[in-house]
Amino acid sequence: MQPTADQRRWMYRHMVLSRYLEERIEALYMEGKTPVFNMAKGPIPGEMHLSNGQEPCAVGVCAHLTADDIVTATHRPHHIAVAKGVDLDAMVAEIFGKASGLSGGRGGHMHLFDAAVNFSCSGIIGEGLGPAVGAALSRKLQGKPGVAVAFMGEGAANQGAFHEALNLAAVWQLPVVFVIEDNAWGISVAKQASTAVPRNDLRAAAYGIPGHHVADNDVEGVFAAAGEAIARAREGQGPSLIEIETARLAGHFMGDGEDYRPKGEKEGLQARDPIPRYRQALLDAGVLDEAGDVALVAEAHARVEAAIRFAQQSEFLPPEAALEQVFVESGEQQ
Amino acid sequence: MTTVTKSATRKLTIARAMAEATAQEMRADPRVFVMGEDVGPLGGVFGNTRGLFDEFGAERVRDTPISETAFIGAAVGAASDGMRPIVELMFVDFFGVCMDAIYNLMAKNTYFSGGKVKVPMVLMTSTGGGYSDAGQHSQCLYGTFAHLPGMKVVVPSNAFDAKGLMTAAIRDDNPVVFMYHKALQGMGWLGTEKGATVPVPEESYSVEIGRAAVVREGHDVTLVSLGVGVHHCLRAAKALEEEGFSAEVVDLRSLVPLDRDSVRASVAKTGRLIVVDEDYHSYGVSGEIIASAAEHADCRLKAAPKRVTYPDIPIPFAPTMEQWALPNADKVVAAFHQMMRES
Repeated sequence: MQPTADQRRWMYRHMVLSRYLEERIEALYMEGKTPVFNMAKGPIPGEMHLSNGQEPCAVGVCAHLTADDIVTATHRPHHIAVAKGVDLDAMVAEIFGKASGLSGGRGGHMHLFDAAVNFSCSGIIGEGLGPAVGAALSRKLQGKPGVAVAFMGEGAANQGAFHEALNLAAVWQLPVVFVIEDNAWGISVAKQASTAVPRNDLRAAAYGIPGHHVADNDVEGVFAAAGEAIARAREGQGPSLIEIETARLAGHFMGDGEDYRPKGEKEGLQARDPIPRYRQALLDAGVLDEAGDVALVAEAHARVEAAIRFAQQSEFLPPEAALEQVFVESGEQQ
Repeated sequence: MTTVTKSATRKLTIARAMAEATAQEMRADPRVFVMGEDVGPLGGVFGNTRGLFDEFGAERVRDTPISETAFIGAAVGAASDGMRPIVELMFVDFFGVCMDAIYNLMAKNTYFSGGKVKVPMVLMTSTGGGYSDAGQHSQCLYGTFAHLPGMKVVVPSNAFDAKGLMTAAIRDDNPVVFMYHKALQGMGWLGTEKGATVPVPEESYSVEIGRAAVVREGHDVTLVSLGVGVHHCLRAAKALEEEGFSAEVVDLRSLVPLDRDSVRASVAKTGRLIVVDEDYHSYGVSGEIIASAAEHADCRLKAAPKRVTYPDIPIPFAPTMEQWALPNADKVVAAFHQMMRES
């Protein structure tokens, strides 16, 4: 499955948008946290998990999705949220904890919910798999179109939730796609030290479903595999599993010294950064020209800056608003 | 909220009442469906889905693999996508294999979404011992579930409340944990408490979640309980009446929200408080109820409050040990006598 020129530019644009967002978050996150790193300080407190390097996974999958399809993402959610079309202003405001954020600052960067585009993420490994299966079941029961995509890291494939969710989705032949972003590191533990099989897509055989493998963080390889898996799901042929070899260019979380990385690994990964590679591929293919690239990058930067300004200028909710939204008001059928 | 005034003569067990409420809601609302282990042709090991499979079929009454993490997580996903799932955790003791889906997803997604994502699901689960099923199939764990914010928790003591609370739970836009005590289900093999089988109207009605019931009025002592404990209290009240004391019995019915006002009003009237709870003694419902009364200015106690609870030990297998450890009416009466001696 080949992307059209428009789809290629869309994927590149969203990779650039996500990357610049990450760069700006990184800079803002460090404000107030030096010289002594204090996680609670600065305009963005708490843990921060950057997704730079993993953009191909998000755009290659989400290029096939509409707002009506469901995505459950992980604790490293920004690239997927950007590609799924989550409201950028509200997302950044949420990362700042502001009133105008997706939940008014109750969730933060690991718990981004945008019901308008059916996006959610969570801070626990493997936690989005069950909900994705359930959303797919919901569409099947309602006879409504739509597929669910559960993103996870390669470490999640060792969680019980992974095996239970794949089994259930396969038994019930649900329209759900499981996407593993294999960045080779579960926090500080290398994949080969945690996972008994070299490739998690091989595990699809255990559930009688197709497994796809995408090597080398290849955007269009992700697009092709996801296209096939999502088409199968839409046609009622059940779930699929995709494992993508990707790269975590940052540490597990900001403040991570990354001493566990072998010497030279990070430099090697940076030399294989998927964004300049894809840019060059698109220039070579004549899908993008230099002037078009400059304009596209400028537009992405402007969009991110506007979202950051929006977040910075927003107020915090009054602290006592923490007591609200534990339950929704029951309005239906009462 | 429907108020039922019509008198009913037909008696149902709690299991039948739960199934009837579910069937009525499934007829009225195509979004309601049931899933869990053995809820299909078997009708639930505690009878609470009996008849549903025959009427609604395998699409809406779904047997699942023994895979609680996946199917309770799936219920959260389906509820967030517009369905109203009812999902069964067969024994509350099994929460350990799926608590993440319950308290990190089901209970928190509404908060994390700033109220924009609703999770209208019912988690049914059986509680309680007394039939030698030992330490992994006999716990109550009321306090565990009620302690964690974001989910409503109901515990009916009789079939009328069970039907009305189930209807209310299914209609609620929030997650509701529906904890049914095995000894109240009307299953002969579980040593059924007859007092739970009461007249139940055929028409649909709901019982408000968060409202306790004064099931017996009195003025010497307030006995507060839930589930099977209410029946221990009623028996104790009867015994105390023969001794010339008048006990008021409050059935909590709902742990979240907790009707502290009804407890306080009763204690303000009687000045004495005994809490009866089959859950573990420490850090549980009994402590919460006593604190709720003690911290309130109107509840001037004439005597130190007492609790009749399950000791902080795993539930033993041998009937002699288990029955010795469980709360019962005699222990409630003894607690009252001790209270009177001390004051």
